[in-house]
Amino acid sequence: MNPVLSLTDVRFAWPEGPQLINIAALELTAGDHLFIQGPSGSGKSTLLNLLGGFLAGYQGQIQVAGQVMAELSRRQLDQLRADRLGILFQQFNLLPYLDLIENVSLPCRFSKARSENAKARSGSLHQEAERLLQRLGLDVLALGKRPITQLSIGQQQRVAAARALIGSPSLIIADEPTSALDSHHRDLFIELLLEESAQCGSSLVLVSHDPALASFFSHHLSLEAQP
Amino acid sequence: MLFSLALKSLLSRRTSLILTLLTIALSTALLLGVQQVREQSREAFFSSVSGTDLIVGARSGPVQLLLYSVFHIGNATSNIRWSSQQQLAEDPRVAWTIPLSLGDSHRGYRVVGTSNAMFEHFRYGQAQPLEFAQGQTFTDLFDVVVGAEVAARLGYNPGDKIVIAHGSGNTSFMKHDNLPFLVSGILAPTGTPLDRAVLVSLEGLEAVHLGWRAGVPLPGLKITPEQARQQELTPKEVTAVLVGLKSRLQTFHLQRALNTRSEEPLTAVLPGLALQELWQIIGVAEKSLLVVASAALLTGLIGMLALLLVGMQQRQHEIAVLRALGCPPWRVALLLVLESTLLTAAGTLLGILLLQVMLMAIRGPLLDTFGIYLPLAPLSLQQWLQCLTILILGTLAGLVPALKGWRQARANHLIRHY
Repeated sequence: MNPVLSLTDVRFAWPEGPQLINIAALELTAGDHLFIQGPSGSGKSTLLNLLGGFLAGYQGQIQVAGQVMAELSRRQLDQLRADRLGILFQQFNLLPYLDLIENVSLPCRFSKARSENAKARSGSLHQEAERLLQRLGLDVLALGKRPITQLSIGQQQRVAAARALIGSPSLIIADEPTSALDSHHRDLFIELLLEESAQCGSSLVLVSHDPALASFFSHHLSLEAQP
Repeated sequence: MLFSLALKSLLSRRTSLILTLLTIALSTALLLGVQQVREQSREAFFSSVSGTDLIVGARSGPVQLLLYSVFHIGNATSNIRWSSQQQLAEDPRVAWTIPLSLGDSHRGYRVVGTSNAMFEHFRYGQAQPLEFAQGQTFTDLFDVVVGAEVAARLGYNPGDKIVIAHGSGNTSFMKHDNLPFLVSGILAPTGTPLDRAVLVSLEGLEAVHLGWRAGVPLPGLKITPEQARQQELTPKEVTAVLVGLKSRLQTFHLQRALNTRSEEPLTAVLPGLALQELWQIIGVAEKSLLVVASAALLTGLIGMLALLLVGMQQRQHEIAVLRALGCPPWRVALLLVLESTLLTAAGTLLGILLLQVMLMAIRGPLLDTFGIYLPLAPLSLQQWLQCLTILILGTLAGLVPALKGWRQARANHLIRHY
């Protein structure tokens, strides 16, 4: 099986700074999930920025969904992100002026591939968005009419998760998505996210400082604190 | 797709944007309204006389001559002798003359002494002749033809009796009430000063002044209409003469001849040139109105720009989300430009609508109090161009937040953007 993510000899340092990232080899097969753990300043978010194609100037090779990142233009990187990546932020994931369904189906506006995947799955974008929200435990009928800003943080994160999942991207990158949740909701959220990722055939790369999450994942990467 | 995003983004901020929208709408309406008044006053101004080759009066400035002869504003400092007018009428180069005699008034409207040549030869606008809405030309010594506005405002019909007053103004105490006139005709509206004129024959005007010396009636002398008809009523003077020539080529020749005349000093002006000269004076007011309206519009657009820029502070997350979804920076910028374009377009449309409503509301009172007629016309080409300019300016204003957004979108590391 082709690796969905592959890093070879990746090294990165900020200008004038010490070496922050040094990964000799990392490979993730489609459907595998990776947990990246490390204290603040260990380069977690820098690594995510590298994986997301937001950051250039590294040494070595990063491959996402079979594409060598360094060989892609800015525009191609944007398209790769649109087609193959689902990104989940710590907070502020949603556009306040769109409703529940519109927020979830937003990635399909930027990617034909994901739009087609979603339609193939449920018939229409609306139905697929509804299905994902339902799967993540949100009652669309009850919440759909409310402005998105009135949802709780936990609900907003689940909406964001549904958005990352729609159209089955190859890789979902999540940056501390549970930091605002209590431990019960955190576990529930991670379980649902992993379950749905498996359903969609997406791999999940999740960054957290919280070691309690490690047990959910088959693959682990620990980043060391910088001296 | 971006369009619907932009629309939803605007709608979600409608409470704060509605004021900006209203500002743009109001300033658009103001600008278009000023333009409308400019165009219509200009058109009315230049169509006040046409087909007349020369206006001849006593020696004075061309603008002054134009003002009293065509616009019935102010008074002539001196008159032309009847013999000079006769000489002019008999000149072989002259096709027709319309004598004009000013000085009296009727309830605030100027009385213009003239002859039936007026109805035959006078042209306005695109060489349109005068037409009668009711009645006909002078057939009797005491016939009077009133302009459309005079008839409408004072409610005159053919056959009504009217008395003219000596001197101009609304409150003349010296009325020629011994010799009333009979309305013989009412002119159709022309949009020229003639709408506000009361036309009588030169002989009629002569008759009411029988027995007057130096602007006052001789005491004890009351002339009856019957007595007046017996008198010699050839006028001694006229105020101005409108002249039509057989050949336009003669215009400058005759003008020169009249201006350098030795027996009685006269001034002959070309109406087109004099109108142009007068318009240059009035045009300053008209241009300053336009400047004020443009400044108002600019204020509106700057207000919009300020609001959009403040909004950018709160939209960092939105841009980060769009970038994470693979939206290229130029589309982020386009989204922001689209928002200001949409907002300006909505403001402009609302402004056009507002203008029509305002025009409908004020055209009645405007006609009643100032006698200014504003037709409800579709927007002129100039006005559409103004709308387009507003739209372009609005779009340009949108480039400022768009550039800001584009830069934000280009910034490299987006994860942990907060």
